Amino acid sequence: MKELLDKILSKYPAGKKEGLLPILQEIQKQQDFLPEELLSEVGRYLNLPANKVYGVAAFYDQFRFRPRGQNHIRICRGTACHLYGSLNYLSELEKQLKVKAGGTSRDRKFSLEITSCLGACESAPVLQVNDKYYTHVTPEELAKIIRSFKEKPE
Amino acid sequence: MASLSSPENKEFLVEKILKNYSNFFDKVTADRLGQIKRDKVSRPVVFIGMGTCGLIAGAGKTYDAAIRFMADHKIDGEVVKVGCLGLCSAEPLMDVQLPGKARISLHHATDDRVEDLLNSVFHRTLVAETILGQYKHVDQEDWPNVPYIDQHPFFSRQHRILLRNTGIISPHSIDDYIARGGYKSLYKTVLNYTADKVCDIIEQSELRGRGGGGFPTGRKWMVASGTGSDQKYLICNADESDPGAFMNRALIEGDPHRILEGIAIASYAIGANHAYIYVRTDYEQPLFILENALKQAREYGFLGENIFGSGFTLSIFIRQGAGAFVCGEETALIASIEGRRGIPQSKPPFPAEKGLFGHPTIVNNVETLANVPAILENGPSWFKSIGTKQSRGTKLFSIAGKGINTGFIEIPMGITLGEIVNDIAGGVKSGGKFKALQLGGPSGVCIPAQHLGTPVGYETLAEVGSSMGLGGMIILDMDTCMVNLSKYFMEFLQKESCGKCIPCREGTGRMLKILEEITRRPREESSHETLERFKGVVELESLAEVIRDTSLCGLGQNAPNPVLSSLKWFREEYEEHIFDRKCQAGICHDLRTFYIDVEICNGCNICQKKCPENAIVGSIKLPHFIIEGKCTGCGICSDSCKFNAIYYK
Repeated sequence: MKELLDKILSKYPAGKKEGLLPILQEIQKQQDFLPEELLSEVGRYLNLPANKVYGVAAFYDQFRFRPRGQNHIRICRGTACHLYGSLNYLSELEKQLKVKAGGTSRDRKFSLEITSCLGACESAPVLQVNDKYYTHVTPEELAKIIRSFKEKPE
Repeated sequence: MASLSSPENKEFLVEKILKNYSNFFDKVTADRLGQIKRDKVSRPVVFIGMGTCGLIAGAGKTYDAAIRFMADHKIDGEVVKVGCLGLCSAEPLMDVQLPGKARISLHHATDDRVEDLLNSVFHRTLVAETILGQYKHVDQEDWPNVPYIDQHPFFSRQHRILLRNTGIISPHSIDDYIARGGYKSLYKTVLNYTADKVCDIIEQSELRGRGGGGFPTGRKWMVASGTGSDQKYLICNADESDPGAFMNRALIEGDPHRILEGIAIASYAIGANHAYIYVRTDYEQPLFILENALKQAREYGFLGENIFGSGFTLSIFIRQGAGAFVCGEETALIASIEGRRGIPQSKPPFPAEKGLFGHPTIVNNVETLANVPAILENGPSWFKSIGTKQSRGTKLFSIAGKGINTGFIEIPMGITLGEIVNDIAGGVKSGGKFKALQLGGPSGVCIPAQHLGTPVGYETLAEVGSSMGLGGMIILDMDTCMVNLSKYFMEFLQKESCGKCIPCREGTGRMLKILEEITRRPREESSHETLERFKGVVELESLAEVIRDTSLCGLGQNAPNPVLSSLKWFREEYEEHIFDRKCQAGICHDLRTFYIDVEICNGCNICQKKCPENAIVGSIKLPHFIIEGKCTGCGICSDSCKFNAIYYK
């Protein structure tokens, strides 16, 4: 992990605060989340206290401090999706997969994320599981999707 | 595609087209240009609309299917990825151009239909239902009995300046853009005009900011250029985070070089050598397209040092946002680029005087900057001839919700909202009736049917409480509960409030609480609790006014808009929720009361077993009943009933 961090950090000048967000974004891209020990390293490099680094990272929705599940589900809560009942789908997902929005299930199989708008309002309601999009989702389809991922072998 | 971006093409395009001040070419040049523009093709070309919206609708598979089709039938042709044309409800869109024939557009081209659709074009056996329309070409043969695409109701009212190339050209190729007159304005500007002259031209054109308050762009530039600082910055704000707004994304995905050209001209005008593009987190494809465009522009020497030998130097950096709605506000955006929490600051000092890293900074929206090349190309008086007296030019909107045609549009200012809803969007989907137009997302307002005569313009929209900067339009039908919608927006804003100032942080939370109280189920309430609930309701309006008047930034100041506007036009709906505890639309689940139709119920007993509150009574094979006081309105019984005997009021 140290090597990876050094490689990322070498692209940004030391002690320059404006590199913080791109560095964090790159770490998350490589590691899937922001490991605690790397945050303090980043702070040392940019000459920032670790609490500042954490403070900035926690402010933005993009950053995670825990890894995602095997299947990452994103549900669109844009206005158009809301009109087509995405709130019900969200609570159904939370109930069925035993995971809260923004969290990961205990067996690490699912993680659930709310996105403010995927920008495909004509396909509302939209659901994204890993790289696949599900459009015009109906309650029956949702049940089918959930089942298919629950039964999927690890 | 490889053949089209050859070094010879580059030289031809830069020397013969870009540096040619007139638009007249000899026949050889015109022919070659026609080839590059794909106006005249020597082999079949298939275009697939692959904006994010298209990809979600399945355009990726359509692309693969089209490639497969060409290989299977041994057709020597080209499959080109283009942006979205705007009519997202007809996606995936596939255009085909055969040699000598006009380009034709086919809708709903999902991968399983590609084979049939392409066969119908290649064998000239078109099926009318699958065709969106054909493009007008001067010297290409029209398809018989096929309507022109610009006669389609969705397109006929539009005036496409910014979207001229979107959905037509490949966003991955700089040659496509140059062939259609791109980067000519930049060339002309840096060699012929002084920076002050450019500011003057923009000032004369009366272009106003498209992202927020509508401040005159030329005047804003002059402030920065007049500061005399040797370090200035330009920021292109592409942090489009309103749910339901996606026109900036579509513009970037369809015509990225137009934005880069706009940024370059604006930077020249204010004397900035560094520019930033701040792109929203979730916009992965636009980010990729912009990075690619940037690379190409550097290769061609349109960015970098000593552009066109003028001595003007510019570097553009792309910054990805990190998922904070408030970063659309300019001071918060600057804080975010500086590596801090995206928290707004009080103005003055305005960023134009003291912005990024303490230097004068101009923050312009994507759409504002995209207007700049066109203004310099055609002159300020041309721009002033479009739109209305107070609002010049065109405006992008995205349309979503319950309309028939949805997508994004560019209309001249002055068109009424009703024309957009009824003519362009084609009204409400079958079976529905128009209720209101939600304009501007969480900070926007609801406009009822009687105000659809409002023309689009800065002042006219302000009269109905909205702002031009917010281009997301959601068409609502009678199935929408306005209280629920206000609650949804308030939930969003409360979550996105940065927490710096108290009216916004605490006020939005309090408003959400009140709305939740209204839409929840009646509990057993002592007189004191009822009083508390009503107190909130009574004070909802005054609370909204305090938030509006005392918040620091636009997010807070506009936060009460959805509540205030729906309260103004749909007050009876609120009253119904409060006094009768009824939701006409049936959206507020908590307020539903369930009944069992004794005629249909055969006493199968399933609902009784499923009910988590034990609110259903009845013996097997006899009709069951719901005890109203115990029912929480969860709806599990009605979902589990196989005979549809359970209904709600």
